[in-house]
Amino acid sequence: MIRYRRSALRAKPLVMLAFAALLAGAVGCQGPFPQSTFDPTTSFGRDLAGLFGLIFWWGVGVFVVVEVGVVYVLIRFRARPDGEQPVPIHGHTALEIAWTLAPAMIIVFIAVPTIQTIWRDAGPAADNPLEVQAIGHQWWWEFRYPEYGIVTANDLHLPQGRAVTVQLTSADVIHSFWVPRLGGKRDMLPGRNNRLSFTPDSVGEFLGQCAEFCGLSHANMRFRAIVHTADDFAAWVAAQNSPHASEDSLSTLEQQGLAAFRAVRTPASNSCIACHAIQNVSFGVLGPNLNHVAGRSTLAAGVLNNTAEDLAAWLRDPAAIKPGSLMPTIGLSQQEITALVAYLRSLR
Amino acid sequence: MGAPAATAGSVAGAHGAADARSGVWGWITTTDHKRIGILYGVTAFFFFLLGGLEALLIRLQLARADNTLIGAETFNQLFTMHGTTMVFLAIMPMSAAFFNFIIPLQIGARDVAFPRLNAFSYWVFLLGGLFLNSSFLFGAAPDGGWFGYANLTSIQYSPGMNISFWALGLQILGIASLAAAFNFIATIINMRAPGMKLMRLPVFTWMSFITQLIVVAAFPVITVALVFLMFDRMFGTTFFSVAAGGDVLLWQHLFWLFGHPEVYILILPAMGMVSEVLPTFSRKPLFGYPVIVYSGMLIGVIGWAVWSHHMFATGMGPIADSYFSSVTMLIAIPTGVKIFNWIATMWGGQIRLATPMLFAVAFIILFTIGGISGVMHASPPTDLQQTDTYFVVAHIHYVLFGGAIMGIFSGIYYWWPKVFGRLLDERLGKWHFWLVFIGMNVTFFPMHLIGLLGMPRRVYTYGPELGLEQMNLVSTVGALLLGFSMLIMVYNFWWSSKHGEIAQNNPWGAATLEWAMSSPPPVYNFSVIPEVRSRLPLWTVGGVTEIPDVPPEPVHVPGGSYWPVVAAVGILVFFIGALVQSLWLAVGGVLVLVVSVFKWAFEPFEM
Ligand code: HEC
Ligand SMILES: [Cu+2]
Ligand SMILES: [Cu+2]
Repeated sequence: MIRYRRSALRAKPLVMLAFAALLAGAVGCQGPFPQSTFDPTTSFGRDLAGLFGLIFWWGVGVFVVVEVGVVYVLIRFRARPDGEQPVPIHGHTALEIAWTLAPAMIIVFIAVPTIQTIWRDAGPAADNPLEVQAIGHQWWWEFRYPEYGIVTANDLHLPQGRAVTVQLTSADVIHSFWVPRLGGKRDMLPGRNNRLSFTPDSVGEFLGQCAEFCGLSHANMRFRAIVHTADDFAAWVAAQNSPHASEDSLSTLEQQGLAAFRAVRTPASNSCIACHAIQNVSFGVLGPNLNHVAGRSTLAAGVLNNTAEDLAAWLRDPAAIKPGSLMPTIGLSQQEITALVAYLRSLR
Repeated sequence: MGAPAATAGSVAGAHGAADARSGVWGWITTTDHKRIGILYGVTAFFFFLLGGLEALLIRLQLARADNTLIGAETFNQLFTMHGTTMVFLAIMPMSAAFFNFIIPLQIGARDVAFPRLNAFSYWVFLLGGLFLNSSFLFGAAPDGGWFGYANLTSIQYSPGMNISFWALGLQILGIASLAAAFNFIATIINMRAPGMKLMRLPVFTWMSFITQLIVVAAFPVITVALVFLMFDRMFGTTFFSVAAGGDVLLWQHLFWLFGHPEVYILILPAMGMVSEVLPTFSRKPLFGYPVIVYSGMLIGVIGWAVWSHHMFATGMGPIADSYFSSVTMLIAIPTGVKIFNWIATMWGGQIRLATPMLFAVAFIILFTIGGISGVMHASPPTDLQQTDTYFVVAHIHYVLFGGAIMGIFSGIYYWWPKVFGRLLDERLGKWHFWLVFIGMNVTFFPMHLIGLLGMPRRVYTYGPELGLEQMNLVSTVGALLLGFSMLIMVYNFWWSSKHGEIAQNNPWGAATLEWAMSSPPPVYNFSVIPEVRSRLPLWTVGGVTEIPDVPPEPVHVPGGSYWPVVAAVGILVFFIGALVQSLWLAVGGVLVLVVSVFKWAFEPFEM
């Protein structure tokens, strides 16, 4: 037979300590948390957060009941040297019924608001929504505004206070569109259309990220939703729709850059124009549309700053920055890179 | 091999077989359920350590933002193999080790219904596991996630061998699981000792029985999905090809129709183990035995109607969302009932907190947390902020580590003396327990928050701007602690196998039949097949007829067979043929399989 030591008890302070450390760690964390789900800025997001709060407190209640019960039982009914043989109870029908009904009740309290929320958020968007088509690509985001004829990438510009319907699909594998502060995520499925509707009510930049594993650089598929006041949004639309500076007005270096951009390379699939579109220059669709690329908040879907150095690094070797990037390493000369950077940064 | 039955003397049967059992050959050809159980256990534990190592590397990479320790490609392979290994090569076969060793003893049988099929299951499992992991040697380990979503796994987006290794490896493992499941169903139905009525079965056997029924229904589903995938990849079919009118969601429905029941395949055996340990160490019978059994069945049934709760973000529409959400929440009821019954079992008992009991109690504590977070993403609106984030990673680890693994650890400490004849050291056991318990919480608890604060799963890197670096570091420290605790466990195995206290028949004072014979049990298990008269045979006066130490008559013990191994190799060769697309190898494999099954079928009963 085994002798039971009390060492288990001695270790308890250790557990307490660990939990305390954990809590302290969690509470004292650096923050801010730009992708937090606790800080929604749409009614859709608040709906989800509110429901989460409700379920969370039910969960806390259940947790307390069960864990306190376990701990109490462990202390109260610890074996004693003089302990008698326990009474062999096999069950108790009334109790069984009671603790079947109790969770059932809680489930009802959770399920009813859940289903209400599902139907509320499934309703049609408010009148006259802004429609944006979001298309997932390995590993970047394409945003189209049919209403304004704008095609852009990796920055989702939205007006404050106007309902938005984002139509979601994918050009290759499954991705998932997620800006936690605007609300829940929704998958972008190739061959299918999905939809998310919400009305942003705060101006600001909100980080988003692909949430469905989509291959090598899934972690590098990030983006931003930028919510403007109505006026600022109109200004952005106007800027996007304004033509680029004419060729003659470009500096020599920029003109060299344009030439490098237009150059047909070997293999031909290495030519910029094969993949990228720029108004009046090219029509490629495999990569992001580069109209006004200089005005984007980041490059390569949130992994680079939109600076001359970062752009140069990107052109030199995309895969070194973003594993598996579908933009090839073209082997550009330093001169070409400098010129291309100058040209691309003129596309304001 | 000798002809034991012909030898005179009462225990001659045992002696004859013991000779044939010695040496490596004895292990390779064994059909003894106890040895096969040990083989399963050792192999699965090895894979468990391997999967743990993969997890440690994952955590090291995520310890800091923008870390460059491990690249994207390796990272994706690591998390894919970590999940695949833990589900198919660690938890399932660790449970299988217990099915093998314990069930025949608990029901009063001399062996399983089909001993050679049992050996076959093990060898197919082993070879399947090696097949999957051999991919690392070619730098082509699977990298599409353990869920392998179409169309990322198509030849277009995953041209390498990685996904082929995965799709074929899982099919091999499926064969092993199915063969074992049929075997145990047949065993539990047919091999029970007289008087061992269904409602007298120990709860571990009950839960295992339900598990096997789920396996039989669930594995064909994933096999269909894998065959579709394989055909798409090898023969140009278009089940998942969007351009040709295929549908990527077809995969998800098939996968989760398997995948959700799979959760119960992983957890029910552990629930069974806990249901054995709690009464033993409370010295009270299980509270609400029939309720626990029925709620197990209910879980096994409702588990089939909830699969799409993994797909709320795919936009199924409000009707499907409402349905799958409500039914998923229903599962909380039988689960809650089980938990209350376990607490009631301890209530009024004389609780001894020996290591098996500590793990069993931890199971209740941690599994409850996993259940609560589960209800949170059973609600589609909240799930939209949780699915595919670290919140779900936290959830599954509370369920599968806090639940399944804690239960299995409890089972290891509990049945170890029965299996090896010596007790595991209690002091080391307690150290192990507390380190696991703390390590597990430090690792996984912060993940709830990490997820809710916006970190998606399956990312090999994240930026410092998310503000999540500290919490990730805490989680990594916890993982290191967990890794360390496993070293203590292994050391305990080693130390106790030499110096551990010699185990009596029933060192814990338990009630079930497996504790009625010596530890370890003799080859033939029961000297005479007992008659059972109670659900708690060893706690009831006259609960079981006497089992003499020495068999009154010679017991026939079947000899070993190597045909199951050969058949398993045939299957392996066939799948290697499929992998390298060699018709000859594939045909060769099938030939070996056919010949060995034929030989096996006509093998003389006495060898
Ligand atoms: C084979 C197709 C292909 C070619 C050729 C190609 N690109 Fe790209 N490019 C891409 C893709 C795809 C991306 C998006 C990569 C990502 O973010 O993952 C991209 C991204 C970019 C970006 C970043 C855009 C943004 O908004 O983040 C710039 C700038 C760029 N390419 C410039 C060029 C230039 C200049 C050339 C010619 C020297 C070129 N590309 C050639 C496919 C191509
Ligand atoms: Cu992704
Ligand atoms: Cu599920």
